[in-house]
Amino acid sequence: MGKLFGVVVALIAIVSAYPIVAHWYVQPIDISTHGHAIDEQLADTMAEAGLSFLAAQLLLGFFVWRFSQRKPGAKVWNIPGGATLMVAAAFILVGTEILALGVLGQKAWANVYFTPPKPDAMQIQAQAGQFAFYFRYPGVDGKFGPLHPDKIDEGNSNFFGLDPANDVESRDDIVSAELDVPVNHEIQLLMHAKDVGHSFYVRELRIQQDFVPGLDLAVHFTPTQTGKYEIVCTQLCGLGHYNMKAYLNVLSQEDFEKWMKQKISEQ
Amino acid sequence: MEQTLPQPAHLHAPPEGFLRKYVFSLDHKVIGKQYYGLALVAVFTGMILSWLMRFHLVWPNAKVPGLDLLSKTGAPGGVITPEYYLSLLTMHGTLMVFFVLTNAPFAGFGNFFLPIQIGAEDMAFPRFNMMSFWTTAAAFVVLVLAFFIPDGPPISGWTAYAPLSAVGSDAGPGLGWGQNLWAISIGLFCIGQLLGSLNFIATTLDLRTKGMTLMRMPICTWAWFITSCIGLLAFAVLLPACLLLILDRMAGTSFFIPSGLVVSDRLQNHAGGSPLLWQHLFWFFGHPEVYIAILPAMGIVSHVLVTSMRKPLLSAKVIIYSMISIGFLSYMVWGHHMFVSGMNPFSSLLFSFPTLTITIPATILTLIWLGSLYGANIRITAASLFALGFISMFVSGGVSGFFLAQPSIDIYLHATYFVVGHFHMVMGVAAIFGILSGTYFWFPKMFGRMMNESLGKLHFWFTFIGTYCIFMPFHYLGLVGNVRRYASFVDDFMPALMPVHRFVTIAALITGAAQFIFLYNLIYSRFRGKIASANPWDGTSLEWSIPSPPPWNNFGDKHPVIYHDPHQYGVRGSKGDFVMQDSPEQIVTG
Amino acid sequence: MSATAITTTISPQTSSPHLPGSIEASRSGIWVGIFAIIMSFAALTSALLVRQGSGEWSHIVIPSILYANTAILLLSSFTMEMSRRALARSTGVTTWLAVTLLLGFSFVSGQYLAWRHLASQGLYLATNPNSSFLYVFTGMHALHLLGGIAVLAYLLSHVIGGHTSLRRHLLDNTAIYWHFMGGLWLYLLFVIVTRL
Repeated sequence: MGKLFGVVVALIAIVSAYPIVAHWYVQPIDISTHGHAIDEQLADTMAEAGLSFLAAQLLLGFFVWRFSQRKPGAKVWNIPGGATLMVAAAFILVGTEILALGVLGQKAWANVYFTPPKPDAMQIQAQAGQFAFYFRYPGVDGKFGPLHPDKIDEGNSNFFGLDPANDVESRDDIVSAELDVPVNHEIQLLMHAKDVGHSFYVRELRIQQDFVPGLDLAVHFTPTQTGKYEIVCTQLCGLGHYNMKAYLNVLSQEDFEKWMKQKISEQ
Repeated sequence: MEQTLPQPAHLHAPPEGFLRKYVFSLDHKVIGKQYYGLALVAVFTGMILSWLMRFHLVWPNAKVPGLDLLSKTGAPGGVITPEYYLSLLTMHGTLMVFFVLTNAPFAGFGNFFLPIQIGAEDMAFPRFNMMSFWTTAAAFVVLVLAFFIPDGPPISGWTAYAPLSAVGSDAGPGLGWGQNLWAISIGLFCIGQLLGSLNFIATTLDLRTKGMTLMRMPICTWAWFITSCIGLLAFAVLLPACLLLILDRMAGTSFFIPSGLVVSDRLQNHAGGSPLLWQHLFWFFGHPEVYIAILPAMGIVSHVLVTSMRKPLLSAKVIIYSMISIGFLSYMVWGHHMFVSGMNPFSSLLFSFPTLTITIPATILTLIWLGSLYGANIRITAASLFALGFISMFVSGGVSGFFLAQPSIDIYLHATYFVVGHFHMVMGVAAIFGILSGTYFWFPKMFGRMMNESLGKLHFWFTFIGTYCIFMPFHYLGLVGNVRRYASFVDDFMPALMPVHRFVTIAALITGAAQFIFLYNLIYSRFRGKIASANPWDGTSLEWSIPSPPPWNNFGDKHPVIYHDPHQYGVRGSKGDFVMQDSPEQIVTG
Repeated sequence: MSATAITTTISPQTSSPHLPGSIEASRSGIWVGIFAIIMSFAALTSALLVRQGSGEWSHIVIPSILYANTAILLLSSFTMEMSRRALARSTGVTTWLAVTLLLGFSFVSGQYLAWRHLASQGLYLATNPNSSFLYVFTGMHALHLLGGIAVLAYLLSHVIGGHTSLRRHLLDNTAIYWHFMGGLWLYLLFVIVTRL
């Protein structure tokens, strides 16, 4: 049965690796400027992890196949190099891995988090609440009016709790259930949580960031392809969590301006 | 005039009467079995919950007969609602992580075997030991009670992030008394574990018999000792966290809840708390907790492998030092659960380095296990199959960690099924394999009877292949961006992935059903198994030097004397190719 | 021989036929337990620091009775030490233990009075973050001290009986715990005065 184990482990390893090698399950297209670094990092890690996985499983399978259920009383001996070799191998293999992945991978992270948004980035506020996303544009005055949680009234579509009667800046704010943006323009998303923790995830944008109640967080990105992409909530927020989503519409500059004009006229 | 009461020569008197012998026992062996039994109840409950979850994901409108009796609102007509799905998910995680993975390998086997393996008559504090079990049992009852209250169990996951878990029933079903019961249960659990860790540490340090130096302790003893040190610090932090959560929920404080929250149209009367504080406190406990789950399994597997391979591991010392460094590093990595949480992004980078570094001792361990197999003469038994299977599972679960340890990749993979695949491989499979290996190995000693080997091997093959079928596809799903903790898959790209989910569900049902082979084997063998000798596996450590099952005071009235470490295999001993620790004979190699 | 609480001679158990290691184990146990308690209060302290960092923080006037309570607790550590020495000389243990117990009770009562003083100022557990932490710190400390008081009561009940020998290590371990409670209180007082 030792031989059977060896064979089964090898088969499992090969069968598990196959879908990866054959690219059956891959990320969707990358429509961001920073995503390429992430995808490269992922591919490098996959190669390293895959090799380690296959090597370890095949070695395990081979050793059990070869060294199980030999004659009772058969001589046993140690692998040449012994523990020292194993420790050295671990340090070298993992040492290079840490250097390669950790140090080189910093750049991908830095692209997202340590590069400030450009001064002309378009600011849009996103609010996450049980169980919908809403987006607010500052309007012609370029300023966001203050939020008043006690004035939130979903029935009258006052999702953000704006008070245009008393706050001048709120009067031209545009609220939308979809995130419409112009292509190739940097967007800075200001993130506000209405009730509990939520998260903003767009696979194609390679962006994921939690909304934290009480914290003013922001992410910035530049979408590079037009199209309709899903925004989903990835932080458990209650019974409607699975259904909490919105759409990111990346439009051409022309279409975006048309859309914006339309929204302003609707106010 | 002074009188002295006669001092007992034992830690406690020989047990008499049913209650003292089997219920409120001071005997570490009985307490160990009680912990294991509790874990058994918890694991089958948790497994059934996972069946319900998998069922619901692929057959959302299926009626589960009888479920509406358990919860009229959660499963009307037997159809699981989204909120009930989250309740099942929360209870599955809580039961499995706390009541199975912390109980069985550590409190269960550790309680039974640590004192024996160091040559002691019992744990240092038998009364504390009994209290720790009954506190844990009480915690279990409190938790399970949540199923039976009208509003149902909490829906905030085993991680219970604030403010969802802290604001109360405004945030949704199950978040009223269900969440209170959860917090109280976990608080009690912490107390039980702290008492247990206290016992393990004091016993290991001070009750070792003559000749039993620290380095002569079996590797699994070391694993329990290191685990108890980790547990002491970790549970000591979770306990105040649970207290603060309870205060936020029941006393109106605002440790975790900021101002201005509008939940279900109600402005919450709180101010200034920090949701991230909960995450920091929880994960400061939570990450060491997963090492608490895996270290005893590593120890058990090392122990079983040595006996099964008939040769020592390449270096027991290296294994022990690697386990110690894992324990140490485990306290530096908690932020890797919070890369995209809104924590300072610089901290994320800081946390990723020790996370990647912990791969070093983990790799050392794996390479030592693998390298030790070379030149061995492995006896294939149910116990050794699960130990070998552990190595395979640990590799699989470990390599997916490479991805999640890097913040940049975590941006994409966080909260997807990739994470679910990772932690199930290491905890839900590898750690369980350690428990199963230990069960087949030590059952003869604990109960005086052998388990059925054929059934054990059948159980192994179903479980080994089955768990790969269940959890390997999770990684593929995660790579495509399948988000976790969803009661239903309504995203546009999901229909194409449903065949994968169906495959997983069917695999889960079959693999789960196979666990009943194990349960049957356990129960049947307990009463009808072949009578076991004192040393059925030709082992060297002290548990094999006493009868199966051991007498109430383990070594009779003798204190064993130790002459060797427990790795004397592949030598010419008087009993065969091994020499027992307490045998004064000299070692002749070759 | 008549046994009054003061004149009974209590002899220390020096060479009891204990299991090898069990006395050392009880000493290890106390230190391990103390370490766990330290970790818990460290967690609470870090919660305080995080909370302070997020603004909206006002200052509380500390009830002055806390200082009197501190003196009482420190005095009780002194009397606890005296009871340890008394055991070595085999005389007066009961008195010193009883005084320590009384001082412990006074401390806890004094803490309760501090709470009432806070309440009279309108400061309750949930009033503001300062008060929350103040109540949690003092409450948790008092809870642990009550544990120590319970052990003291148990020890006293043994010696007042008049014909039981008190094992030295039991008293020593209790003393270690008691002094730790004093030290912990000094630390908490420092945090309260400087941070709250």
